Amino acid sequence: MSGTESIRVDLGVIAEMVTPGTKVLDVGCGDGALLAWLTERKGIDGRGMELSQQGVNACVARGLSVIQGDADTDLADYPAGAFDYVILSQTLQATRNPRLVIEQLLRIGRHAIVSFPNFGFWKVRTHLLCRGTMPMTSCLAEPWYSTPNIHLCTIRDFVDLTKDMGLSIERGLAVNSDGGSRPIRGAGRLANLFGEQAVFQLARG
Amino acid sequence: MTMSAEPENPASAPDPEAGASIAATAGKRALLGVDAPLRLDSGATLGPFTVAYETYGTLDSLKSNAVLVCHALTGDHYAASTHPVTGKPGWWGDLIGPGKVIDTDRFFVICSNVLGGCMGTTGPRDLNPATGRPYGLDFPVITIGDMVRAQGLLLDYLGIETLFCAIGGSMGGMQVLQWASACPERLFAAVPIATAARHSAQNIAFHEVGRQAIMADPEWRGGAYLDAGTRPRAGLAVARMAAHITYLSEPALHRKFGRRLQSRERLGFSFDADFQVESYLRHQGSSFVERFDANSYLYITRAMDYFDLWEANGGSLPKAFEGTKTRFCVVSFTSDWLFPTAENRKIVHALNAAAANVSFVEIETDKGHDAFLLDEPEFHSTVSGFISSAWAARQKAVRA
Repeated sequence: MSGTESIRVDLGVIAEMVTPGTKVLDVGCGDGALLAWLTERKGIDGRGMELSQQGVNACVARGLSVIQGDADTDLADYPAGAFDYVILSQTLQATRNPRLVIEQLLRIGRHAIVSFPNFGFWKVRTHLLCRGTMPMTSCLAEPWYSTPNIHLCTIRDFVDLTKDMGLSIERGLAVNSDGGSRPIRGAGRLANLFGEQAVFQLARG
Repeated sequence: MTMSAEPENPASAPDPEAGASIAATAGKRALLGVDAPLRLDSGATLGPFTVAYETYGTLDSLKSNAVLVCHALTGDHYAASTHPVTGKPGWWGDLIGPGKVIDTDRFFVICSNVLGGCMGTTGPRDLNPATGRPYGLDFPVITIGDMVRAQGLLLDYLGIETLFCAIGGSMGGMQVLQWASACPERLFAAVPIATAARHSAQNIAFHEVGRQAIMADPEWRGGAYLDAGTRPRAGLAVARMAAHITYLSEPALHRKFGRRLQSRERLGFSFDADFQVESYLRHQGSSFVERFDANSYLYITRAMDYFDLWEANGGSLPKAFEGTKTRFCVVSFTSDWLFPTAENRKIVHALNAAAANVSFVEIETDKGHDAFLLDEPEFHSTVSGFISSAWAARQKAVRA
């Protein structure tokens, strides 16, 4: 298992939030970088779900417990309360029903950790304002016609949704690609402007 | 210290296959069910009975490194050794061996011929002690559960309490699931491949075609062909031909044969094997007859048809795996239409619902169901990764 290599900036922030020795499900785990890192460094009991078959095969070949599955449909198979943390990194915006997916995360896990690209980031706003075309940044690298992202939101949109769902935000961080992060406070107006990505730790209210 | 798991068996019986028509004498034998006969799912009892098996590698001093390889419908225990009848290399020789996916430098590998088989384990072509003649249809109907119980007795005989891993494809995968469900405390890791938790109506239908082909052959003689010194060759060959098609895929058949003609320039306007694919199937049928017993084919296909882990658990597959600590790796192949990905995924869903530790990979290939027997590098690398990490966890558990 190669969990010693450095991991993506937002994954590092997520990894910080996970208590050692806990049971973790990583939904949309990609090639398993975060799971491998958490298994090696924090001794977690980790499972993964990944849509792409190449991702799954890579994970299993490196010794991780990962199944091929779709966050929109396959989370329903897991029993309630099976995990301490359920992680959804950079995947929420690509799901068909983000609200239902978040409900499932907190049915399966005591905590959910969700990261997503912030559409309220100032570069995204100025891109649309000045150029009048769909914004493309390092977090939103695909043009509109080929992006998997169908439910983009801003940090404020997300905070509003958690309120509407009656969830409690245990932690919220705005993250930039240089690795800098700042806590998201209140309605998150500042973070919404200066955060390129957001990472939230949620619990049932 | 390591020890060889080859206990002396003073109760070892003389070859029970005297008079059998297919020579199958290589490999190891264990006489089981001596003290108490095996109680079968049908209610009948069997015993004493013989189990033929092969082993590869060495059992470690803690007896923690045993891997049970479960064979498919027409497979046998010669998983990694030369077949005594065909002279061909073992059917999983690519996977089992020093430094291979199932590394015999590390693991003690056991593969036994299933109950009802015809390669040395007691089956319908063996002598019925009650009559002194081959069992034929007097042999009791057996199930996947019975096969696994017989394997359990073999492990007792070898002094092995828990398996590090049970692995197998197709009917072998059914045995792996049965192991996981019936004896989870004896199983650390499970690799069911290209299989199902119950046989589908379509698969029962294909089996019935095969059985009817055998029984329609006048040489079958109500199952008592060995008494008459004959065998239903034509019927068994047709059964194999029909089944063989289900092990392949349309693209694989097209790639291999297309509409190419066999040893001729133009159509023969006859019913000879004009097409290469016909010639190939005829060869598959006729060579199969040389190594397999027709009644065994009836009994083993029946065992697969009867397999239903839903039914056995009151209609709930997750119940079959409730509280399991076994770690699973389920594997399917994209072009397998006999045990398609959807069937394998049902197993995965049930394991998830039981909060089991499960991996699931679908391997991209056009080789159909038979892919689990073939050189598929991605299949081998994922299974190898799973086994290595499970072995690391097993050693950690043993040390603790």
